[in-house]
Amino acid sequence: MSASAIFVLDLKGKVLICRNYKGDVDMAEIDHFMPLLMQHEEEGLLSPVMSHGNVHFMWIKHSNLYLVATTNKNSNASLVYSFLYKIVEVFTEYFKELEEESIQDNFVVVYELLDELMDFGFPQTTESKILQE
Amino acid sequence: MTDSKYFTTTKKGEIFELKAELNSDKKEKKKEAVKKVIASMTVGKDVSALFPDVVNCMQTDNLELKKLVYLYLMNYAKSQPDMAIMAVNTFVKDCEDPNPLIRALAVRTMGCIRVDKITEYLCEPLRKCLKDEDPYVRKTAAVCVAKLHDINAQLVEDQGFLDTLKDLISDSNPMVVANAVAALSEIAESHPNSNLLDLNPQTINKLLTALNECTEWGQIFILDCLANYTPRDDRESQSICERVTPRLSHANSAVVLSAVKVLMKFMEMLPKDLDYYGTLLKKLAPPLVTLLSAEPELQYVALRNINLIVQRRPEILKHEMKVFFVKYNDPIYVKLEKLDIMIRLASQANIAQVLAELKEYATEVDVDFVRKAVRAIGRCAIKVEQSAERCVSTLLDLIQTKVNYVVQEAIVVIKDIFRKYPNKYESVIATLCENLDSLDEPEARAAMIWIVGEYAERIDNADELLESFLEGFHDESTQVQLQLLTAIVKLFLKKPTETQELVQQVLSLATQDSDNPDLRDRGYIYWRLLSTDPVAAKEVVLAEKPLISEETDLIEPTLLEELICHIGTLASVYHKPPSAFVEGSRGVQHKRLPGSAGSGESVESPDTGSAAGVPDAPPAVIPSQGDLLGDLLNLDLTPPATSGPPPPATSGLQLGAMDLLGGGLDSLLGGDLGGGSAMGAGFGAPPAATAAPFSAPVSGGLDDLFDLGGGVGMPMGAYSPPKTVWLPAMKGKGLEISGTFARRGGVIQMEMTLTNKAMSVMTDFAIQFNRNSFGLAPAGPLQVLTPLSPNQSIEVSLPLSTVGPVMKMDPLNNLQVAVKNNIDVFYFSCQYPISMLFVEDGKMERQVFLATWKDIPNDNEAQFQIKDCHLSSDAASSKLQGSNIFTIAKRTVDGQDMLYQSVKLSNGIWVLAELRVQTGNPIFTVCLKCRAPEVSQCVFQSYEAVLKN
Repeated sequence: MSASAIFVLDLKGKVLICRNYKGDVDMAEIDHFMPLLMQHEEEGLLSPVMSHGNVHFMWIKHSNLYLVATTNKNSNASLVYSFLYKIVEVFTEYFKELEEESIQDNFVVVYELLDELMDFGFPQTTESKILQE
Repeated sequence: MTDSKYFTTTKKGEIFELKAELNSDKKEKKKEAVKKVIASMTVGKDVSALFPDVVNCMQTDNLELKKLVYLYLMNYAKSQPDMAIMAVNTFVKDCEDPNPLIRALAVRTMGCIRVDKITEYLCEPLRKCLKDEDPYVRKTAAVCVAKLHDINAQLVEDQGFLDTLKDLISDSNPMVVANAVAALSEIAESHPNSNLLDLNPQTINKLLTALNECTEWGQIFILDCLANYTPRDDRESQSICERVTPRLSHANSAVVLSAVKVLMKFMEMLPKDLDYYGTLLKKLAPPLVTLLSAEPELQYVALRNINLIVQRRPEILKHEMKVFFVKYNDPIYVKLEKLDIMIRLASQANIAQVLAELKEYATEVDVDFVRKAVRAIGRCAIKVEQSAERCVSTLLDLIQTKVNYVVQEAIVVIKDIFRKYPNKYESVIATLCENLDSLDEPEARAAMIWIVGEYAERIDNADELLESFLEGFHDESTQVQLQLLTAIVKLFLKKPTETQELVQQVLSLATQDSDNPDLRDRGYIYWRLLSTDPVAAKEVVLAEKPLISEETDLIEPTLLEELICHIGTLASVYHKPPSAFVEGSRGVQHKRLPGSAGSGESVESPDTGSAAGVPDAPPAVIPSQGDLLGDLLNLDLTPPATSGPPPPATSGLQLGAMDLLGGGLDSLLGGDLGGGSAMGAGFGAPPAATAAPFSAPVSGGLDDLFDLGGGVGMPMGAYSPPKTVWLPAMKGKGLEISGTFARRGGVIQMEMTLTNKAMSVMTDFAIQFNRNSFGLAPAGPLQVLTPLSPNQSIEVSLPLSTVGPVMKMDPLNNLQVAVKNNIDVFYFSCQYPISMLFVEDGKMERQVFLATWKDIPNDNEAQFQIKDCHLSSDAASSKLQGSNIFTIAKRTVDGQDMLYQSVKLSNGIWVLAELRVQTGNPIFTVCLKCRAPEVSQCVFQSYEAVLKN
């Protein structure tokens, strides 16, 4: 339905934190993301969705981070992008700035949030107020 | 103090130290240790060795610590399945914790531990949680059913969890309903044919009620589920639409798109004259426009979907051109999509505005975007006839800028404009010729060469211009070489006296000095054509070309319908059906819009007709199926295999090609006979309609007549199975082929119905077979002499010979076929009844029969039974004889008739048979003996088919 896993990468493509929600896409697939992105950029074909084999990457960029969702199904793409932006919103409310440092400084909370925000690829409660409880 | 400190341990005995800390008595120390473990896990270190120690920390009242341990478990349980069992007890206990947060956490984590062994321990706790008093626990448990199903589907079914999940659709809490719907949808996806989500008006009503109250995500789950429902009638359809419409104003783009999907689908069922239908159309525009102010990625998804919506229902956004104008800071992918939609929306009313915009884009800095903008101007010219002149002058202005890539793109599109409006804008040729030297891209060079060849008679120095290209012939790309060859041949046919040397030069370059088979083939065809019949050559090469239209850019209607059902998903972004990119979805049924299954005719939105420049289907003289006159005309004295008047020029070319290439799949694959798709918009396309009123299907008329009168006692025609679909339109880019085989007058016929379900005219049909068990091969070219217009069908009979190359197939009677048209080459396989190969002189002498029967070893004997056959032995014998199964002798023993029969296959193999028929017993027994026993099964199938039809 939506995402199999969510990754937060730094500008070089290194995984800062990730959460595997469904287990139907090999987590190592993320290694293809950065080379793919560079290739698209070179060809002038930058696109918010890229595919490698039967794995599809949907991604957004926020400050110096990439937020990437992987899937091998016919996912609801608009839901995935909405959700990625929602993650940015929630993290920003929690940590003021969403950046590499704030993720490292708060990795326990980030894991907890990733656990609450999405379950088996289905977005759950994303209201900051309810989450704080 | 932040968490980052946990990442900074560098000591050598790290694991050992952590172990000690994990087993510490102090709670704080334990927690710190677990955090360190998780930190190591995050940076990719393997801390699985600590599994038992971490699991020991699981029994704690501290929620934070518990969460960390669970996180660890999810990561490592899979690699330590045996130890994972250790955690089961705690899970079971946690599922009964007084704190609902802990109960939910436990049930959520349990499902994420993908270890088969522990799934059965999960069932009881899960059952309790599904009935928990706290909605937070219930909604988490609902998702857990989907997780468990993913690991062990059978278990979930056996335990009755699916029913419990269905019950949750009636839950009082909307979040629980939403998650139950999501879980059921997910499970249903892997069980495509199960009626898991059996939606009825009552459940729909529950979903619609929950829709108003749940989270934005829950709304999406519910809307996506609703989109799979087919309302019973237009009233139900309208009432659902009315309750979904408020979702269009939601701030979340994904909610809006899912609502649009439901409405676009259900709208199909509303009568077009209903007031509400018009209201709904109007309501759809503003939310679609609003989507364009979302984040760029969401805009992109929205634009890809709007592209589909505009093709399906152009009236929704026809007044919204301005919102698709490109902003300078749009990302390139948004810009390109907007451009495409602008052209789709372009009409006489707004073309001035559009052109002004496009002209501006053509001066921007982004090269890719500029190119697309120039192309867009050309597409506008072709789409909106009234604007063609303005477009041409805009293009000329752009050529004057001398910006290299702009000039090249402009020339490429002007070529298309020439094709679309012949004899109208040739005055600009002089300007184009001035830029000849600056063209360095193959496509532009090829376009320019095409123009020079096409208008050679108006360009005084055409020969010089083409000659100048010839110098570096071997350095040119194939595209340019092919075009140059054709252009020079055209020139020669127009000005034969002064260009003989030139044409000889190019023919020799193409045929003797080139390694490229395409080029050589085309060179030989021209050469032979010119040397045998220059008049025919002129008719072929200079024939009138079929019109081009902008409709070629449109998505094929059946695909479009399917994509509309997938609005918002990756399929709608890729413009590909899910089966094209999702593994394991091949057998899944393609989604269809309601009330329009199987046909493209439902595209009757009032405004599509007004889209300017859409030509009506070209007139074509194709007699319909069963056209008696056509059949009678064909009652020629010659047998059908060679009947029919001599083929006109077009197929002359095909014949020539066959001749030269001698068959084999290659000629189809690479042949590009007479130019085609690879060359861009109909480049040098072969002459299509040579107004041939005599293209009646070559279905032997005489046999048809006999068929009508065929009664008992008179041998009936050979059995021919009913036509089946060999190539579905989805796989044939709109070309559907159904067919069967027949044997008439000793000739095997492959009878096909070709149907064009695409939006553009199809031409240039050709056919080839792969090697097969009995050497079947077309005895002549596929005779489709007129272009096949959209929604048109044609019946074709292809006589077959049995002298082609042989290769044993599995099954034996399998035939792999390639059919080519102007769009692509398509492959399919079909199976022919082996009775087609039973020859007329298959009656064996009695003595020979007896000797052969004894001679063939008993091991080669095969026995079959035919059930439910109510024929007498005489009737059976007569029926079989119609298919060249001959009865040689009959013997009756104890009321049982034994028929001794023989069959000869086209390749000389004899099959001997003993057919036993007991009066009053509907079961026949066939005993077959043959030196090549592998054919027995096929022969038996033919027995059965013939006797039962």
